Amino acid sequence: MLRDITLGQYYQTESVIHRLDPRIKLGGTLVYIISLFFFNHIWGYLAAALFLAVVIRLSKVPFRFMVRGMKAVLFLFMLTVVFNLFLTPGTPLISFYRLTITREGLRTAFTMAVRLILLVIGSSVMTLTTTPNNLTDGMENMLRPLRVFKVPVHEVAMMMSIALRFIPILLEETDKIMKAQMARGANFESGNLLKRAKALVPLLVPLFVSAFRRANDLAMAMEARCYRGGEGRTRMKPLIFQRRDFIACACIALYLAVSLTAGRLVWLWI
Amino acid sequence: MSMILDHVSYRYGGDTPLAVTALKDVCLQIPDGQFVGLIGHTGSGKSTLVQHMNGLLRASSGHIYWNGEDIYDKEYDMKKLRSQVGLVFQYPEHQLFETDVFSDVCFGPRNLGLDKRETELRAYDALKKVGLPDELFYQSPFDLSGGQKRRAAIAGVLAMKPQMLILDEPTAGLDPKGRDEILGQIKQLQTQTGMTILLVSHSMEDVAEYVDRIVVMNQGSILFDGSPREVFAHNRELEEVGLAVPQVTDLLHRLKDAGFEVDTGATTVKEASATILQALGY
Repeated sequence: MLRDITLGQYYQTESVIHRLDPRIKLGGTLVYIISLFFFNHIWGYLAAALFLAVVIRLSKVPFRFMVRGMKAVLFLFMLTVVFNLFLTPGTPLISFYRLTITREGLRTAFTMAVRLILLVIGSSVMTLTTTPNNLTDGMENMLRPLRVFKVPVHEVAMMMSIALRFIPILLEETDKIMKAQMARGANFESGNLLKRAKALVPLLVPLFVSAFRRANDLAMAMEARCYRGGEGRTRMKPLIFQRRDFIACACIALYLAVSLTAGRLVWLWI
Repeated sequence: MSMILDHVSYRYGGDTPLAVTALKDVCLQIPDGQFVGLIGHTGSGKSTLVQHMNGLLRASSGHIYWNGEDIYDKEYDMKKLRSQVGLVFQYPEHQLFETDVFSDVCFGPRNLGLDKRETELRAYDALKKVGLPDELFYQSPFDLSGGQKRRAAIAGVLAMKPQMLILDEPTAGLDPKGRDEILGQIKQLQTQTGMTILLVSHSMEDVAEYVDRIVVMNQGSILFDGSPREVFAHNRELEEVGLAVPQVTDLLHRLKDAGFEVDTGATTVKEASATILQALGY
């Protein structure tokens, strides 16, 4: 029953996007998202959409997985579109009751919709093609300069990867405890709110106990292998830029140049 | 009055391409009062099968009858089924949650809607049956030893007074002494109360001594079903699927192959030593 929840939505397959250095993917996604907010003409968005389509094609991840990410923000998406559509002042186009759709409103709503779609799909491409562990590795590496300000970057990254690793384990554990208590006649589904909250106690107490037990065991195992934080620690798979990473860098730069000047380019061409 | 499984199949993962068939066309009848051992490798479907018996999992196809009633009937009361068919999960001590052992054991009977007196009587009775000493009743369950915790958890299911008790690997992670104690108590419980018991295990050695009947599962279907003597006669086939017959049975088979006139049907050390002595002419 709880197995349906998928977190860390990595899609396993073999593609050039999957093999890219996580730092490139993180940085690239960031650049892409920021670039979306710089355009004020349709050609920029067209360039952005085209770029995204090529990346999706290269990643070999079925498109329906990207759309799945869209579902989560559907409400926010509708809200943005509706508010922009009706509440932007300007030249009226159609009006009924007290609502007026203006030319400017239509334009902003459309831009916002396109921006949001590209943004969500763009970031899902990253999470779909990068394993959670790779992602935290990349983040740790990129945030390294913060160590100057005494931010424990390695420790935070380690915490994140451990947390991610434990999510499926704890879900399975929850499922098991739930069944065990149901076998003892527990009822998690009916009753009013207070009753249901109370019914969670037999589930939550064992779950916390087991989480602490696992944390304790893990800490002990790490200590037994002399783990003592990031100081002087080397990696089994160090992140090294390959040829493909430089090519990807160049592609992103090219995309940025083209999309930002797309409007003018089109003018020149005509 | 019994548990009947009629062509039960179960698939994990629904209609997705990742679906795994966990049970394939399982037919099984367990009459009242029998002590049955369900043996199989990790992943053979034993745990999946027993979760069907009290309705925690619903079969993809097939029917299950408890005391003559189809449990998939629309009006069937699952809560009643769960109180009559008690299921003790693997590592049951992980489900303890109350502040003291006694209240934890009360959880089951209280869920049945029994009054305070009856609940406490049953809890006391169950704790006595698993042999937990009185002075531990009001301790935190988290302060008990591993074996004691497990007994407390088993008592939590016993307190519901089930007609049938299913124990999923009750001896996992216990030392040999703890294992013998728990199994001995289960056997005692069965002879005293006449309760139907289904003991799930991956070790033939453990159950051979106690059960009336052994059901062997492999890859989601039933491979053998019969008395320990009958099942162990298939020692070659059992080894092929990676299950070891008890060491004594193995020894007797080897002696027989070497030309000694021993009775290979012996399943316990006592029987084995008798037949070996006889074969040697003592």
